[in-house]
Amino acid sequence: MKLAPTLRRSLGALGGLVGMFVLFAILLYASKGLSFADPRNLETILRQTTIVAIAALGMTMVIVSGGIDLSVGAVIALATVVIAACMQAGFPPLAAALAGIGTGVGCGILNGALVTRLKVVPFIVTLGTMLVVRGVAKGLAHEQKIDAPLSWLNELLARLPSARQWMIFPPGVWLLFALAFGVGGLMLYTRFGRHIFAVGSNEQAARLCGISVPRVKFLVYLLGGLFAGLAGVMQFSRLTVGDPTGAMGLELDIIAAVVIGGGSLAGGEGSVLGCLIGALVMQVIRSGCSQMGWPNWVQEIVTGAIIVIAVALDRLRQRKAS
Amino acid sequence: MIPRLEMRGVTKRFGAQVALAGVDLSVQPGEVHALLGQNGAGKSTLMKVLSGAIRPDEGEMRLDGQPYRPADPLEARRTGVAMIYQELSLAPHLSVAENILLGMEPVRGGRLDWAAMRSRASKALAELHHPEIHPDAQVQTLSIAAQQIVEIGRAVAVGCRVLVLDEPTSSLTQADAEALFALVARLRQQGHAIIYITHFLEEAKRVADRYTVLRDGQTVGGGPTAGAEVNEIVNLMVGRRLEQLFPRSTRTQGEALLEVTDLRGHGKPERASFTLHRGEVLGIAGLVGAGRTELLRALAGLDPVRAGKVKLGVHLGPSSPTDRWAQGMALVSENRKEEGLALNLSIADNLAMATMPAVVRPSSLRPVVQKWIDRMQVRCQGPEQTVGELSGGNQQKVAIARLLHHGVDVLLLDEPTRGIDVASKAQIYELIDELVSKERPAKAVIMVSSYLPELLGVCDRIAVMCRGRLGPARPVAQLTEADLVREAAGADGEVAA
Repeated sequence: MKLAPTLRRSLGALGGLVGMFVLFAILLYASKGLSFADPRNLETILRQTTIVAIAALGMTMVIVSGGIDLSVGAVIALATVVIAACMQAGFPPLAAALAGIGTGVGCGILNGALVTRLKVVPFIVTLGTMLVVRGVAKGLAHEQKIDAPLSWLNELLARLPSARQWMIFPPGVWLLFALAFGVGGLMLYTRFGRHIFAVGSNEQAARLCGISVPRVKFLVYLLGGLFAGLAGVMQFSRLTVGDPTGAMGLELDIIAAVVIGGGSLAGGEGSVLGCLIGALVMQVIRSGCSQMGWPNWVQEIVTGAIIVIAVALDRLRQRKAS
Repeated sequence: MIPRLEMRGVTKRFGAQVALAGVDLSVQPGEVHALLGQNGAGKSTLMKVLSGAIRPDEGEMRLDGQPYRPADPLEARRTGVAMIYQELSLAPHLSVAENILLGMEPVRGGRLDWAAMRSRASKALAELHHPEIHPDAQVQTLSIAAQQIVEIGRAVAVGCRVLVLDEPTSSLTQADAEALFALVARLRQQGHAIIYITHFLEEAKRVADRYTVLRDGQTVGGGPTAGAEVNEIVNLMVGRRLEQLFPRSTRTQGEALLEVTDLRGHGKPERASFTLHRGEVLGIAGLVGAGRTELLRALAGLDPVRAGKVKLGVHLGPSSPTDRWAQGMALVSENRKEEGLALNLSIADNLAMATMPAVVRPSSLRPVVQKWIDRMQVRCQGPEQTVGELSGGNQQKVAIARLLHHGVDVLLLDEPTRGIDVASKAQIYELIDELVSKERPAKAVIMVSSYLPELLGVCDRIAVMCRGRLGPARPVAQLTEADLVREAAGADGEVAA
């Protein structure tokens, strides 16, 4: 059977995920008699994955286009601050959430404009905006957490009350699925999506073919900001406060998710399915470790090792395939 | 006399595929030996065996009579087998001296001995009769030709016994190529054994003493180059008779499609005027660096236009690449890997890159792409195969098919047959002829090439570019290779009218 290369690659990552699940299930069962594949555990993992996964959707587009966005963690923190501040000022939750998403889009526009206008490499541009955005968030919040009244926003990622068990997953997880389908469709079935791959794979060839490279890049960073804003809403939903120092280092988890899922930092490669799997793998390792009762430092070592091993295996497979 | 290098019955299998089926090759010291064959004939596999990158399954290799079984490329280099590939392997940011002595830097008292390094590099360059290359110059500031000499200097400094040159003139100007031929002759006098891989048969005849032809992983012929007929060699390479390499159907010139008046770019071209009609192929000859590529790029909207008029059909004035595609004119880049194609994307993606509908259904794209694959005879597994896995000739067919798929009227082809095999070349010549004679409405083609027989064979008119200025276009019937060479070198003192 012949499969499209992207699908083949994602299936490879899927295989890795299944392997990881089985391994952890056996370990857990052997050590504590716990069932890791318990549906309730699965739901917990999905809820915890959502924030990273939503931001990773945007990051997938950025990375496939050959760019990188280091500012997402800071943007998520700023979004939570903006949402909390709006709610404190008496705005309805929906308006506050939209303000948070708008903040993300604004940061994305800033990144996109700097990358395309100044022609500075994205790593440096977003390293700069990461600090700037983090500073703005701290300034806005006067370096303190902003409390906000409880609202339906906080139910987006909460465990479902028994009355609404029919929903299976909380709304935030469903939103993630919908967004994933949207981005997947965008990348595979639209001209803009194919142009993202073309620009990332060979910018010069894309220009030769009449593709407006700056326009594609700008839109990709804008979308990356949009998804960071959405991830900010989810983060706020979980924390119920605006925390200017939250989501510290989260950008690295997000990038790792994309890369574990087969994304190449050189551009031109990556998939939505892959990035979701990557985000899940990271969360599975975390929950696995904590269920095993391993201390935090072991978790970190294991996570780091898995990232390197996962990507090394992926490259090895690609070399064999070619 | 013991041969410097002797390969006997070298065989290599990859799974069921036999890449080399008992190759014999023998090179004497002080001999230049041309290794000929189409892409896929086994030349690169044979050279990988020689350089220690892969191990043969069977067969014997001897270097100066001693058994030679390199475990890896490093050991091969230490034993004295040096490879100079088409893509040079220099560190562009380092100096000439650092590059020449890379990996064997002289050290004194724990510190790098810069004085010794410079003098050894200078000595190596002087041996090659190229003292004008300064050992302190940064390699990326040098021309391609000079970089190549630096790389040869590195081989000589290590004390190589067998030097392999892979397509050394493919990116050189005529003058630089001449200098390289002189250098090869000197290395031969110094007693080096040289294996010279090339697609240019005239060049092989000129440079080499003997030749060996590979086909399908076997040695199919060889002998002294003196007295060998080019046609015979081609027939050996192809395995069938190539009756006519340059087909030419009756062409009828149509209306003027492209009128260029006093076009001036940023630096180059300085001045270019010509008219291109439907149903004709206009050739542009000239040295590398004369501004031919820049002219095509300015026309395609890729480089800025500073002055002059470009009238394409009803469209007038400068345009972006996007506009040019819409107006029906597009470029096939000379630089297939870096600019022409997105190598890690599929054939379908590359083919449709310029003509993507807003919403794409891969299933609807597939039959269209398959049609082009069939029409262009692209050898591949299917529309989803990654372009990087194809051979150079097949990649080039995809790059050209992109223009045809979009339905452009004016094709700008920059070195369309560079570095591709003879069979693909013949197909591309045939295709160009079809486009301007049989296609309705007929297309118009501008072709830039450094290979003059090809220009004379394919084009209707040829203009020569010299130092940024384009000369008048003249019918090929009135031109000879010698005319073009003279005009390209500016020897006529004739400037564009």
